[in-house]
Amino acid sequence: MVVSPNPNQSKRPSRLLPLVLYVTIALVVLPVVIVASSLLTPSTVVWRHLAQTILPMLLGNTALLLLGVSAGTLVIGTGLAWLITAFDFPGRRQFRWMLVLPMAIPAYVMGFIYMALFDFAGPFHTFVRSTWGQDAYFPQIRSGWGAILVMTLTLYPYVYLLAKAGFEEQAGSNFEAAKALGSSKLRAFFTIALPLARPSIAAGVALAAMESLADFATVRYFNFPTVADGILRVWHGMMDLGAASELAGLLALFSLFLLLIEHRNRGRMKYYQSRGKLPGIPVVRLGGWTAALATLCCALTLFAAFGLPLLQLLVWAVRELAILTPAVMATYWRLAVNSLTLASLAGGLVVLLALIVASLSRLSGRRTLQNLSRLVTIGYAIPGAVIAVGILLPLAFLDHSLNIMTSELWGFAPGLLFTGSLVGLMYAYIVRFMAIAYSSVDASMEKITPNTVLAARALGANARRVLFDVQLPLIMPGVLAGAVLVFVDVMKELPITVMMRPMGYDTLAVWVWQMAAESLWTSTALPALIIVLVGLVPIKILLEASSAGDKKHIG
Amino acid sequence: MNKKHLFAGLVVLLVIALFGVGLFVGRANNRDVAAGQVINIYTSRHYGVEPVFQEFTKQTGIEVRFTTGSDAALRLRLQAEGKHTLADMYIAVDAGNLWLAGQDGLLAEVQSTILQNNIPANLRDTNNRWFGLTRRVRTIMYHPDRVSPEQLSTIEALTDPKWKGRLIMRPSTHSYTQSLVSSLIAAHGNAGAEAIVRGFVANETILIDSDTRILEALAAGQGDVAITNHYYLGRLLEGNPNFPIKVFWANQGDRGAHVNISGAGITAHARNRANAIKLLEWLSGPNGQELFAGSNHEFPANPKVAAHPIIAAFGEFKTDPLNIGEYGRLQKDAVELLNRAGYR
Repeated sequence: MVVSPNPNQSKRPSRLLPLVLYVTIALVVLPVVIVASSLLTPSTVVWRHLAQTILPMLLGNTALLLLGVSAGTLVIGTGLAWLITAFDFPGRRQFRWMLVLPMAIPAYVMGFIYMALFDFAGPFHTFVRSTWGQDAYFPQIRSGWGAILVMTLTLYPYVYLLAKAGFEEQAGSNFEAAKALGSSKLRAFFTIALPLARPSIAAGVALAAMESLADFATVRYFNFPTVADGILRVWHGMMDLGAASELAGLLALFSLFLLLIEHRNRGRMKYYQSRGKLPGIPVVRLGGWTAALATLCCALTLFAAFGLPLLQLLVWAVRELAILTPAVMATYWRLAVNSLTLASLAGGLVVLLALIVASLSRLSGRRTLQNLSRLVTIGYAIPGAVIAVGILLPLAFLDHSLNIMTSELWGFAPGLLFTGSLVGLMYAYIVRFMAIAYSSVDASMEKITPNTVLAARALGANARRVLFDVQLPLIMPGVLAGAVLVFVDVMKELPITVMMRPMGYDTLAVWVWQMAAESLWTSTALPALIIVLVGLVPIKILLEASSAGDKKHIG
Repeated sequence: MNKKHLFAGLVVLLVIALFGVGLFVGRANNRDVAAGQVINIYTSRHYGVEPVFQEFTKQTGIEVRFTTGSDAALRLRLQAEGKHTLADMYIAVDAGNLWLAGQDGLLAEVQSTILQNNIPANLRDTNNRWFGLTRRVRTIMYHPDRVSPEQLSTIEALTDPKWKGRLIMRPSTHSYTQSLVSSLIAAHGNAGAEAIVRGFVANETILIDSDTRILEALAAGQGDVAITNHYYLGRLLEGNPNFPIKVFWANQGDRGAHVNISGAGITAHARNRANAIKLLEWLSGPNGQELFAGSNHEFPANPKVAAHPIIAAFGEFKTDPLNIGEYGRLQKDAVELLNRAGYR
């Protein structure tokens, strides 16, 4: 089923396969549609109130956050990727993989650590005051800039990974030609290397942008209300779930718009350009102060985004270890098992469904179907809490109908089959994280050009050999990367898990959230460290898979 | 073409199998919960509940399982689960939330003389659907080096321009702020309360989304006065007896200090109703009160139980006699008022 558009295909179109595809897409999009459909019955009174009060601020802040995080991740992610690809300097080999590590730290953990370190009562500001006096200048971390900084630091690895792949798979000949024609290296970068890598970079920035749209925990730490925060303000504060859904529906429409832009951009910039065994962009060895500067850039980013938060967690963890009781240890163990169960189940499920959608839509060979299947990525920009609502309501209805049916037919009620088990939770994870798995799987399929298949067939391989010896090996890294990314994201996931888990089924992230909400920071340290460390293992696997040979299939 | 069908079929089967595992894990978990002597709780209060329940289990042999979450989400879940819910009890940390749960028909009436005797009338629902268990006082905190208690009087007086840039409060997103504003509406009407909140905004009040962090900022000198719940100071004092911040009981000359509760109710479709009532009664008695309130430095709702020594040292005070269900009734007004006044 992983065969790309194939000339023989159109002769005998299958009925069953498109059906599977339609059902999968419909199920993934359904919760978002349920939420967005509330737009059809607008709560005019609430909207008038919002328009007169906080809506302009919410929109302004959201725009600022979106621009800030996009620009920040673009510059840091692309810049570092270029540095690593095109130059050699001390530490380059280590930085190459270490720069991905900040991905393992959840944004909300990073948020409260930065808050604890840099706000007025934090050690840095206190040091500045004790050295230069009570009124010495210190940037205000509890602000939009703080939120942008923290989100940029946790999200830049998406852009870095994708941009690095985009640069590394370019044939060096274009770049060399530009230089031979008299371009400076800088100009060659902007006119050749950057445009060629643009689809990958845009995909990375789009992921980061959608993530920042959906975030509500971090912006709340920094008291920087965005539209996502507004949804919760309307739901929890004004107790109007309908109006909150309308706001969420608008957010969904906006992210659909973002997706379209990204897709148009990618559509026009489609190059089948795997360089194969051709040499890549030539690496220039830096020396003297330029080498030191390059090392410093990498080291500073890594320190701010990973070293510093990890250090703070370790300091708290040491304090916690001193008072740790066996009962608490047992609790942590139980939480870790739950987290790992959820993350593995979800990782497998999401990537399999992504595989179904990506391959079947390609198989159909129809442009519209392929565009339609991109809809499955929309959940990524919707706050988890909203997705949970969009799933809880229909599943509860299903549960109740099922119970009524069984008790009338056979006189027994099975209870809450969907909302009371992990099924609802898994469904929500699928909706939320499909984008990551899908773009990863889809990008790897993009590498299989029609010619690859034709060449294999021309060389006498039958369909089975094409599938197992050509196509599967080519997409495996993408599939693996997709599964791993979902795994890490589910480990970190908060709002959906909080709302839809079965009775007492707590996870590490839920615990961290509870303790952080009460500023009991030392109690967050060990579970947060476990989340980070568990996240590191798949990142290592991911990097090995992506640098094995020349297959860079992330995103 | 058949091979492709086979492959697709395998993938679909695998997906179904994984869902099956999910169904099994969750259901096994539920069966375990539903059987035998057990109480299931939805709670938005997630600090210090575990030792309390452990003690109850030790005394009665009834196991207590609980799921934490934010209040609105827990109520939505209760509503969606309807009569199939596993939850027997709902514990919330703000009177507004309990009032709403009662209003939405999620809680059942409980006739218990023990509860009637232990919990004062203004701390429980007029229809006996929920009961306050602990009292938390949201009041003024100050740094004695920079503010003397003679300069302080009421919450309203903090709108005086002399406090410009010196006052720290919590953002409007938190129910603590919303209930405080509800109490201002109850005392001054909508227009009066809005003028007060606009006063806070005009004073460029610093907003920090954590009471602990507010007190630490106060100690470090980011501001001179603040409004927080009393027990956060108790918690900090327990860790460091020399923590410099002092408590000032607000509005002693008029209606008394603003009090909120954490409390509980029995769900409308509780399966273990008798056990849950037993737990509720135990929590209102001396043993439960001491653990439930004391572990978090809150004042027991039961007037016969003594407060934790650290907060008893804060001194006697008068509290606002308003029935705290009002905070729930006025919450929407309060949020809209905060939005209008530009209080973030």
